[in-house]
Amino acid sequence: MSSNTISTGEVAVELHADQGLWATLRGVMREPSAIVGTAVIVFFVLAALFGPLVAPYSLTEPSCAVYEPPSSAHWLGCDDGGIDVLSLVLQGGRISMIVGVVATVIAMTLGAVIGVLSGYFGGATDVVLMRITDYFLVIPQIVLMIVTAAVWGPSLSHVIVVIGLLMWTGTARVIRAQVKSIRERTYIRRVESLGAGHVRIMLAHVVPQVGPLLVANTVLAITVAIFNETALAFLGLSDPTAITWGTIMERAFERSAVSAGAWWAIVPAGLAVAFFVMGCYLLGRSIEDSLNPRLKVSYLSPWSWRLRPLVGRDKEAV
Amino acid sequence: MRRSGYLWKRSMFAAVTVLVAITLNFVLFRVLPGSAVDRFSKVPNATPELKRALAAQFGLDKSLWEQYWRYLVELVHGNLGISFANQQPVTDNLRTAFANTLPMVTTGTVLALVIGIGFGVLSAIRRGTVGDHVGTNLAVLFYAFPTQFLGMMLLILVAGRLPAGGMSDPFAVDQTWVEQWRDVGMHMILPVATLVLTLYAENTLIVRSAMLETLGEDYVLTARAKGVPKRRIIRSYALRNAMLPTVTMVALSLGSIVTGAILIEIIFSWPGIGRELYNAVLARDYPMLQGGFLVITVVVVVLNLLADLLYFSLDPRITE
Repeated sequence: MSSNTISTGEVAVELHADQGLWATLRGVMREPSAIVGTAVIVFFVLAALFGPLVAPYSLTEPSCAVYEPPSSAHWLGCDDGGIDVLSLVLQGGRISMIVGVVATVIAMTLGAVIGVLSGYFGGATDVVLMRITDYFLVIPQIVLMIVTAAVWGPSLSHVIVVIGLLMWTGTARVIRAQVKSIRERTYIRRVESLGAGHVRIMLAHVVPQVGPLLVANTVLAITVAIFNETALAFLGLSDPTAITWGTIMERAFERSAVSAGAWWAIVPAGLAVAFFVMGCYLLGRSIEDSLNPRLKVSYLSPWSWRLRPLVGRDKEAV
Repeated sequence: MRRSGYLWKRSMFAAVTVLVAITLNFVLFRVLPGSAVDRFSKVPNATPELKRALAAQFGLDKSLWEQYWRYLVELVHGNLGISFANQQPVTDNLRTAFANTLPMVTTGTVLALVIGIGFGVLSAIRRGTVGDHVGTNLAVLFYAFPTQFLGMMLLILVAGRLPAGGMSDPFAVDQTWVEQWRDVGMHMILPVATLVLTLYAENTLIVRSAMLETLGEDYVLTARAKGVPKRRIIRSYALRNAMLPTVTMVALSLGSIVTGAILIEIIFSWPGIGRELYNAVLARDYPMLQGGFLVITVVVVVLNLLADLLYFSLDPRITE
């Protein structure tokens, strides 16, 4: 990265975006937080793929007592039906992540299409699309999700669609801003004058430029989707028979795990959500930060240079 | 001239958003499967008179356009229909619930803001130190915990030492004014603590990166070169300007405040609007669901407008 000579954020962002997706990602992968984030995500993906295969106990047949505490046979204890919590969380992870990923793909596709169209064509298209986006941005999504899911009926596929359809607004705005600036660049003008059509310019020259931004947004959106799934499940709007991290926590709460002191019925699913979300957050933010080198420049500023000895004994310490 | 133009534009946007929400509310409950007549006048155990009155008020046998118009008219008169669950007007139910939600959510949000700004500023000015790493990673961790998980953990941790549910002790009699306040305050500790833990993290991270950006600005460098004291640089130069992105981000995080409040009210049986929404979902109480959606949306839109106005007063540069 050769960004330290650039002083204004906008220019720097453009230069970084111009490096393309792979170059950006390769740069990001030198950051410790990105490495940790990726490792966590890979771990969870592997657990989702192979976990249910190695799950020690049945998900339908009770294998121990009600709310049995963790033991050497049941590492994470048992839930209210005598089902092994470890097996549940492994299976729940698979479905939670499918919900998170599918909902995110729907949302990102919508957000990218609206953002690119809006930024590329500008004018009336832009005004109309961005107005719609603004309304959806302001209306609290969770409440709209609750109402839609409640009217539509509880089901896992409904939850996926509802989350996906209502989560695109932020992405659309970010992508639009980036496309607007790409649109003004010389090479786009040149391609245009060579006679390339709108579709070709958008697909071959604009979309690849917003790639890194889209990846960052996708990774961050998965966290929101998983959160929303657990929230909707907690309200009883998910399929009650589906096992997800959300429904595991909801069931434990419904069946008074709290007053029974059976923390092991809640903690594993909660920690799984937390760690997976944290992994996505770390990776997503690293990509975003690498696109905004202003954050790095300030580290080199004389201010923090002077502040560094603060931990020690500088009298001027703030 | 430009100033009032901006205010006018933002207010109009808020008004139109409310109208969009109202329309969405109408469409959602009528376009999705099941007829509106079923939905609105099928109050369980309702007398034929009540059913007829509702059908007439909302024009349920008329065309959709006519229904939309009736719906708007009744809305202006504060009529949101009759709750299926307790046969009381939805408006009355929501008013009580909203009054209960307000103190809890306000306390939690303000505390989370104060703590978030404090930690964020500290982290930013000590960037790269152990304290910064610990603070930032802790914030990321708390950001990652689902609200309902934090709530349940707090419940298990304090088991019995603090009131775990409701808003006041139902068996307390002959309480003085002070005792009543104390009682509600005690009941509020856990819900507020959960809300603060949910929200402070996001605020910390936002303020930290906003501060880092302003600390890297040229005017901070100039101020230092002039020999302005550090405290003043931080407070008057960096923090003041870092407040701009913070206001925007906090306005955008209104959504997570709403989510948090709903989940918290369910866990701690707080008789607020989130719990009403939850009960409405469980009982398929459509008028309440519709009313709850509308009230929360309008409140969020108005708060967004206020954030816009605040932003405007903080940063007179914006005219567009």
